[in-house]
Amino acid sequence: MKTPTSTSRVVADRDPQGRRRFLRTSGMTLAAAGLFLAGCADDDDPIMMNETVNLGSGDIGILNYAYALEQLEAAFYAQVLQGDYYASADNEEKDILADLEAHERAHVDFFRAALGSSAIPGLEVDFSSIDFNSRSSVLGTAQVFEDLGVSAYNGAGRLIMNPDYLVVAGKIVSVEARHAAAIRSINIGTPTAFANSDVVDSNGLDVARTPSQVLSMAGSFILTPIDASGLPQ
Amino acid sequence: MKLLKLFNQFESLASAEAAPTTRRAAFGEVGRTLGKAATVALPLAAFLKPTTAFAQTSGNSVIEVLNYALTLEYLEAEFYQMGLDANSLLTGDMRETVALIARHEADHVNFLRTAISGSGGTPIDKPEFDFTAGGMFPTFSDTPTFLVLAQAFEDTGVRAYKGQATSLMGNGDVLTAALQIHSVEARHASEIRRMRDSKGWITGSMNSTGVAAADGVYAGENNVTHLGLDVTTVTQVNRDRVTQAWDEPLTMEAVLEIANPFLA
Repeated sequence: MKTPTSTSRVVADRDPQGRRRFLRTSGMTLAAAGLFLAGCADDDDPIMMNETVNLGSGDIGILNYAYALEQLEAAFYAQVLQGDYYASADNEEKDILADLEAHERAHVDFFRAALGSSAIPGLEVDFSSIDFNSRSSVLGTAQVFEDLGVSAYNGAGRLIMNPDYLVVAGKIVSVEARHAAAIRSINIGTPTAFANSDVVDSNGLDVARTPSQVLSMAGSFILTPIDASGLPQ
Repeated sequence: MKLLKLFNQFESLASAEAAPTTRRAAFGEVGRTLGKAATVALPLAAFLKPTTAFAQTSGNSVIEVLNYALTLEYLEAEFYQMGLDANSLLTGDMRETVALIARHEADHVNFLRTAISGSGGTPIDKPEFDFTAGGMFPTFSDTPTFLVLAQAFEDTGVRAYKGQATSLMGNGDVLTAALQIHSVEARHASEIRRMRDSKGWITGSMNSTGVAAADGVYAGENNVTHLGLDVTTVTQVNRDRVTQAWDEPLTMEAVLEIANPFLA
């Protein structure tokens, strides 16, 4: 059983079969994996730290961009569930966080499988700025991630060429917005927290951000360098 | 018949656009189908079943989509405003929450009217609404009933915008704005659901309103297959939670069928 650490691999090892599939479909990273494993015997993930990950171009690039953000969220909630705050949280907060952990993990598993051999590898995250024993640190970070996720999908929709991919992004973004509202509600605790004016403007519109805006905000939580230069503009 | 009238309005208001012939033909077909459905009163579930799990594949024109969205925003805006105006229906924190949602819906009405005019179209007139659905619901005298309808309208609104996203491809600014409204509706839905002690997200096709007439709002939400991939085969997350993690689109006709009882 792994203990929570300030950095961890995003792709969890709960499913050995899934991992084998992942290894099979990520031939390009195997050489790097060998190097990584040689230097880090207590961790078996096939990802080399600090090796730049290229998201790719076109729709695949956008899907990998979404996959990267889902990885970040899933890794965060996985660690939340192992922290002291979660252990002592009330039932409502526990229910919400456990659901969010499961939803983001399902999104990650979906993108990895759907992208197949085009999927980026698991990213290295850095949560050293988060205190997983602190309610305000956990919920404050969750709020940032959920609102960021909503703005990312909102901004990326117009960059997608394949209608099926746009529909899938639409199916996920509204769930991220449901998450964001719930987290804001318990974190801030006011009757208008779920959608107040820092996320909904005077036209009643939510935030939309470009990939470069999103990646620069997410950057402090992701150790793996990401090359997003191929994404559509 | 009310639906047919709305469809005809969406189309005629968009007639200034150079709409593709095939789309117009498909749209006429939808109108005829709906007219027939209203006349012979097909069971709602039977009518919705074949279409609920899929996005609209025949594209509607941008103006049609915007007028459709405007119609739904008119409905929500008036519903919430009437709730706020009703004597002692909404008090305390609940009133504050509803007041913010009401403001967003009014903002959406104004935004869409401006967007339609700016795109060379004519904003559809606000229809007359009957939020009691012919006396079926004590909507403005019973707070739980008001919240039930609020949940049904918000969860429907999320599905409605999602169902039109592909019709807006190629018009990046409009698509982005629609997505920005869509996620606000999802925030509303989450909050209203949680005020009713439901989860903020939808489990399976569970209609947690307690009103059977709203079953169509949740039809197809139990889908676990996306891009042809059954997600339950690639994750250890259980099926219920997989259904929660993806929301599903609704076609224009399915949404208007849900809204129909509230058109006066």
